[in-house]
Formats: sequence, C-alpha cells, structure tokens
Amino acid sequence: MIGAIATPTTTWYLILSAVLFSIGVVGVLVRRNPLVLFMCVELMLNAVNLSFVAFAKKLGDIGGQTTVFFVMVVAAAEVVVGLGIVVAILRRKPNATTDDLAELKG
Amino acid sequence: MELFVFIVAGAMVLAGAVGVVLSKHPVHAALSLILTLFGVAVLFVSLQANFLAAVQVIVYAGAIVVLFLFVIMLLGVDNAENLRIEPFKIQRPIAALVGVGISSLVITAAVVSRNAVPPKTGDGLEVLAQNGGADHDGNIRKLARDLFSGHVLAFELTSALLVIAVVGTVVLARKPRKGELDEVAA
Amino acid sequence: MVDVVWLIPALPLLGFLTILILGRRLGDPKAGYFATGMVGASFVVTVGVFADLMSKTAAERQHIVKVFSWVPVGSMHLDLAFLADPLSITMCLFVTGIGALIHLYAIGYMHGDPRFSKFFLYLNLFAFSMLMLVLGENLLVTFLGWEGVGTCSYFLISFWHEKASAATAGKKAFVTNRVGDWGFMMAMFFAFWATNPHTLSYIGINEAAAGGKFATTTATAIALFAFIGACGKSAQLPLYLWLPDAMEGPTPVSALIHAATMVTAGVFLMVRLNPVLHASAGYATWIIAIVGACTALYAATIAVAQNDIKKVLAYSTVSQLGYMFLAVGSGAYVAAIFHMITHAFFKALLFLGSGSVIHGMHHEQDMRKMGALRKVMPITAFTFIVGWLAIAGVPPFAGFWSKDEILLFAYDKSPILYVVGLVTALLTAYYMTRQVIMVFYGKARWHDAHEEHGAHGDLHANDGDPHESPKVMLLPLVVLAGLSAVGGLIQLPFNDNSKRLEKWLEPVVGESQRVLKTSTDDIKYVLMAVAVVIALAGIFLSVMVYAKHKAKPVEPKILADAWGYDRAVSAFMGGPGRKAFEGVAWADANIIDGAVNGAGKAVQATATGARKAQSGNVRNYAAAVGIGVVLLLVWFVVVRGIL
Repeated sequence: MIGAIATPTTTWYLILSAVLFSIGVVGVLVRRNPLVLFMCVELMLNAVNLSFVAFAKKLGDIGGQTTVFFVMVVAAAEVVVGLGIVVAILRRKPNATTDDLAELKG
Repeated sequence: MELFVFIVAGAMVLAGAVGVVLSKHPVHAALSLILTLFGVAVLFVSLQANFLAAVQVIVYAGAIVVLFLFVIMLLGVDNAENLRIEPFKIQRPIAALVGVGISSLVITAAVVSRNAVPPKTGDGLEVLAQNGGADHDGNIRKLARDLFSGHVLAFELTSALLVIAVVGTVVLARKPRKGELDEVAA
Repeated sequence: MVDVVWLIPALPLLGFLTILILGRRLGDPKAGYFATGMVGASFVVTVGVFADLMSKTAAERQHIVKVFSWVPVGSMHLDLAFLADPLSITMCLFVTGIGALIHLYAIGYMHGDPRFSKFFLYLNLFAFSMLMLVLGENLLVTFLGWEGVGTCSYFLISFWHEKASAATAGKKAFVTNRVGDWGFMMAMFFAFWATNPHTLSYIGINEAAAGGKFATTTATAIALFAFIGACGKSAQLPLYLWLPDAMEGPTPVSALIHAATMVTAGVFLMVRLNPVLHASAGYATWIIAIVGACTALYAATIAVAQNDIKKVLAYSTVSQLGYMFLAVGSGAYVAAIFHMITHAFFKALLFLGSGSVIHGMHHEQDMRKMGALRKVMPITAFTFIVGWLAIAGVPPFAGFWSKDEILLFAYDKSPILYVVGLVTALLTAYYMTRQVIMVFYGKARWHDAHEEHGAHGDLHANDGDPHESPKVMLLPLVVLAGLSAVGGLIQLPFNDNSKRLEKWLEPVVGESQRVLKTSTDDIKYVLMAVAVVIALAGIFLSVMVYAKHKAKPVEPKILADAWGYDRAVSAFMGGPGRKAFEGVAWADANIIDGAVNGAGKAVQATATGARKAQSGNVRNYAAAVGIGVVLLLVWFVVVRGIL
C-alpha cells in the first residue's frame, strides 16, 4: 500500500487548483464551440472552489465553504442564462462558432 | 491513505480537464467534464467539506452537465470542431503564454509561502456534539449556522437571482411568435 | 482752424467715395471737376491751417488732432491722429496745391478715355493716402498712407492695363516698393521696441532720440531701415527700377505721383525722423549721402541717352531725388525740403508740359519724331522752357537756389560729394537742354511719324498735325511756370531774414540741421558762381551738339540700356533668385506644413493600428483579458512580493 509517505498539504491542493485553472483558461482561448467554451469556464470555477475549500481547511474557517456554496449557486444560474443565450443564437445560425459572432467590431 | 486519494482524485481532475479542452466532439467534452467534477468532489471529501461534495455531485455533475447535454442534443450542435485550424494565428501562442504564466506564478506564490503561519480566523469546520466525540452532521450544521446567520442577505439575494435567471432564460430562449419574427429579423 | 486739419485728408476721401458710387453717372468731365474741387477745397483748408500756424509763435506750432483711438492696448495708445506742424503743413500745401492743378490738367488729358471717372477715383484716393502719410502723428498712420500711395501707384501706373507693359510696370512698382516697405516696417518695430513707454508717435520717438535714450546702434538701425523704405518709395539705388517703367501710366499720374508727391515720401520720412538720424552713428548719414550722390550721377548719365520724352524726365526725377538724399545725408534738412518744393514745381511742370506735347502729337512719345514744336504749341513751349531753366539751375529760377544750397552743404560735408553733385548738375543741364532742342527746336520731324501711324481713331482724327492743348490743360502749366520762376524766394541764402523756410522749419529740424563751417560759409558766393558757370556750360555743350551740330552726340548704348542694371535684376530674379524662392516655398509646404500634417497623419496611423484591437471577436478579447491577468499576477507575485 502506498502509505503515508507524505501527507498532501494545502500547498498541493493549491498547485492542483492552479493547474486546473490554467487548463481552463487555455481552453477558453482556444476552443471555438460555444458550449465547450462554457465547459472550460466551469473548469475554472471548479478550480477556484477547490482552492477555497483548501484554505477553509487550513484556516479552520467555515467561511470558505460558505463561499463555495454561493459560487456553485451562482454558477448554476449563470449556466442557465448562458445556455439560454446560446440557444437563442444557435437557433438562428445553427453552426455558429464564437468567431462568427463578431458584430461588435470596431 | 490521503496521499493515495489525492493522487487518484488529482489524476481524475486533470485527465478530465485535458479531455474537455482537447475533445473534438462536444459530447465527449461533457463526459470529460463529469470526470473532473467527480474528482473535485472526492477532493472536497478529503478536505472535510462533506456537504459541498454532495452538492457538487448533485448540482454540478447532475444538473449542469445534464443541461449542457440537453442543449447539445436539442440543437444538434454536435458536429466536430476541427482543432487543427486556428483563424487567428496569434491566439495559440497567447493561450500558451497565459496558461503557463498563470500556473507558474500561482504555483510559485503557493510554494514560496507554504511555511507562512496563517492567522487562525475560524473555529473549526464542524460543530462538536454536545457530549464530545464526532458528529456525523457536524459540517452541515456548521455550514448552516454560518450561512443563515452571517450571510443571510447574500442567501436571500442569491435566491432572488435564481428566480430571475430562470425567468430570464425562459423569455430568452422561447420560440419567437409570428409577429416577433420580423422584429428579430430586422 | 488747426482743429479742422482732419478735413485735409477727409475731403479727397469723400471725393473717392462719391466717385466710387456716382462716378459713372457723373461721367466725363463732371467727375473730373468734382475730384478737382475736392482737392482744391483741401488746399483751401490747408492754407487756412497754414495761416493759423503762422499766427502762432514758433513754440506753439505743433498741434495734434486726434480722430479716434485706433489701438488701445494696455497702457499704449496708438491713435489715428494728425500732427499739424510746419513740416507737415508745408508738404500738404504743395501736395494739395499741385495736386489740384494736376487734377484740373487731367480733365483735359483724359478726355475721351472710357474709364474717365475711374481715373479720378484713383487720383482722389491717392491724394487721401498721401495726405494721411504726411499728416500722420505716428508711424502707423504714415504707414497707412505709405501703403496707400503704393497701392494707388499700382492702380494708376497700370491704368491702361490692356497694354501688357503697363500691367507689368504696375506690378513691378508695387513689388519693388514692397521690398522697401520691409525696411519701413523694421524701422517701426525697432522704434516701438526701443521707446519706453512703447510708442510709435513721432513726438515720442524724436524726443527719445533727442534726449539720448536710444543706444547709438538702435538709432542707426531705425535710421537705416527707414532709409531702405525711403529708397523703395523714392527710387534710389538699388530700388529705383520701378520708376522709369512707371512712365507707362498716363502723364498726369507721372506728374503727380512720380514727380511731386509719392516719391518725396521717402525724403519726408527721413526729415521727419531727423533726431533719430542725428543720434545715429556717423556712418549712417554717410551712407545716405553717398547713395543719394551716386544715384544722382547714375541717373543723370542714363538720362543723356534716352529718347522717350517721359523717360528722360523719369531718370531726371531719380537724379533730383538723389540730390535730396544727398542733402539729408549732409544734415541739410531745410535744403532737402526746399529742393523738394522747387522740384515739385518744375518737375510737375515738365511732366505736364511733356503730356501736352504727347497729347498734341497724338500720343507720340519718341523725341526723335518731334522737333520745332514751339511754333505749333507756343504756350506749352514757353512754360516748358521756364521749367527747363529751373531744373538746369539758372538763376533766378527756383531750381538754382535749392540746388545750390544742397551743393553748399555737400561741400561742407565732403568736397568729393560736392564734385559728384556738380558733375550731375552739368549733366542735368546737358540732357534737359538736349530734350528742349529735340522737342521744340530744330527741324520738324513729325511728318515721317504720321505716315507710319495711319488712322488713330481718336478725337484728333481730323487734324493731321500737332496742335496746342485745350485751356484746361494749359492753365496748370502757366501757374506752375510762375511758381518755378519765383519759388526760390522762400529761401534765399543772403541773410537770416531771407531764409524764410529755414526759420519756418526750425522747430522741426532745428537741432539736427548742420551748421556750416565758417570756411564754407565764406566761400558760399564762390560756390554759387561755380554752379552758375557749370549750368551754363552744360547748356552750351548741349546746344553745340544738338542745335549747331558741331560735335557728335555721345549716346552710348550702355547708357540707353541703363547700365544693364534692369536686365541683371531680371536675370537674377528669373534664375537663381527664383530657385531660392521656390526652395523657400518648398520648405514651407513640405517641412513646416509637413510637420503639422505629419502630426495629424501620425495620429491617424496610430489610431488605425489601434483599431485592429477591436476585432469584435470574443476570443481575442478573452486573450487580452488573459494577458492582463498574467500581468497582474506578475506584479503581485514578483514585484510586490511574494518573492
């Protein structure tokens, strides 16, 4: 058994969270499908949730977990509205990607 | 034991994340997202956030991803995206730069300050049972106490937000009636 | 009476405005009589003001009449004001007097011209400008008049603008004057800057100069710049070239502007600023005197070889103006003014007389085609001869007294200048006699001319031969002849009582007027006798060559060609001069404008580049946000300090 050679400290969790976050950022910048873009945003949110909970454990403060609670609720609301917009747009142009929605150019 | 859990869960998280970013098919991306979310839930448990782990699975993996899949299926946006072409040449290098930059900087920050003594701001993540000993619902109780006493306003606003979001989305996403079609088309 | 001095320029201005509106309706000759009336009324007012000043004592003879406050800036007040003092009233007298006579003459001369009323329009405007120039209380009013006479000179020289040569001559006059105007303006700026409190009024400037408040270099600068302006206006070397060409204008114009009034503006300016001249370094007056003497000699040599009746008189004017500047340079301001007055009389007379000849000869101007006209035009001939005697310097006519006074002071300054003046006097007598002989004596050569000309279509189509001019043209000739005869009386050098002009002008020039050395004073009668001998010698030589044909005429081509100077200037302006000007224009358009336009273009280019950031594409914006996040993190982690 892989015993407790080392116990994961808060720092490990933070590192994991950072990596997850940057993967999410790269995804947002690279992907063109709007729904996949959204999913990458979810990744970023999850990374942040993870770091909040890690800090809550470290500091012994329940406030971190409360924050995560709220983040999750708002993320849900955001996904709902966002998908509503996506639906509204894609109904008109079925195969649109984010690159096609460039009407606000300067 | 904790290390094992961390490694497995961490692998799940990262595999899922990479899968989301690199999948050509949106449905595959959604499934990878589920993998990530489950990994995060496991990590929550190991961080003594039991309630949140449950909420993560139910709300995120159970509702949000399902919503994603619904939209993918409904709109037929399931054609594969060609990841080889990139219209803006500069986008990929910037993405790489940003990704590497953020991760390295945050990791550096975390690593450098790992031995800093934190201020003890809180008083534990669980409510102790009256007669001492562990309480299975300690975490929920603690969370509930904090939520409904310190953050009542935020709670109420969030519930209002949910209602607004729902109503708004219903209006946004409904099929336009005959008269509106011309307006929207104009 | 002095308070109505503003009427003097106002009346011609009124004439100008009236003819501007009603001229065409008044027509020929009413417009002419009206214009003459205006200038004549101005003369009457001038006489009144003169009488008023005469009745005052010498110290009181300086009146400023303010019309309105022109440039009230802070503590400085530049007014449109008139200064009525001996100098300005003297100038006004002969400007208005001779001006009125010439207006009268022009009624006859311009009879039948389609643009008759326009001519008098310009003449009245000119009279107004000249009177403003002379009566101005400060340099700015004078400058107004200065520019005004330049403009009117342009209008009047190119009056018959259908003729290309006339149009060109007008332009030439204007442009050459402009070069001189630069000098005037520089003098104005220097004077303004050097006075404290800043002022442009003559009284202020002259008092500062007399009180020693100008540094010598400042006074010299003002004096020399003003002299450059005077050179342009009064046709001295090297800016004289417009005057001979200006003969393209109608003869009354030549008489008024280029003999009696406008060209004297330069001399007037120098006399007005005599304290400044007195306070400047010694070499300033030497420069003026030398330029004057050289111009006098130079122009006299050219006049010897000219065949156009008016060109002879034009070069003669340049020469006589040279005399006036010689006087100014020698410190003999009274002599300069004296000669100005007598010159106005006899030169106007000569020009009008030549105009009468031209008119009678049906606009033939070449003297070689004239001759024996005294039989046909007796009155013209008689008055012309009076003028000839005056300019040649034969006593007791006016020209002798004024020229002699100048030569006296020139001798006092330097015998060399005196000799130059004397040689010029000889040449003057010579060429004027030549002109008189060629035109009025000898054989009649005009028959050949008429066969060449053929039908003119003018009013004299019925008369084949030259004839005397109408009375309206002869009257001014007679008046001017009388003035040329007795004009010398105002300044006879015998004793203090006879020097009336000098006493009259004393408040204006008294301190700067040169005092003759006793050695010169003793021999002044000897010098007078020498001058008379020279004049008679010149006449004698000319008679020998042209009347008795005892010797060959000496009229080398180079003199006829005015020493090639005009051609050299044209070549320079056309060639390297033009290249330089085009270079400057190029620099202005490309470098100066280029910098300004370039700034605009740079902004435009930057904006166009920056515009590309607004692609409308979400991912690009996200990328920008990402970069921003990285930068923020860098700042927090690296700069502020986890590390």
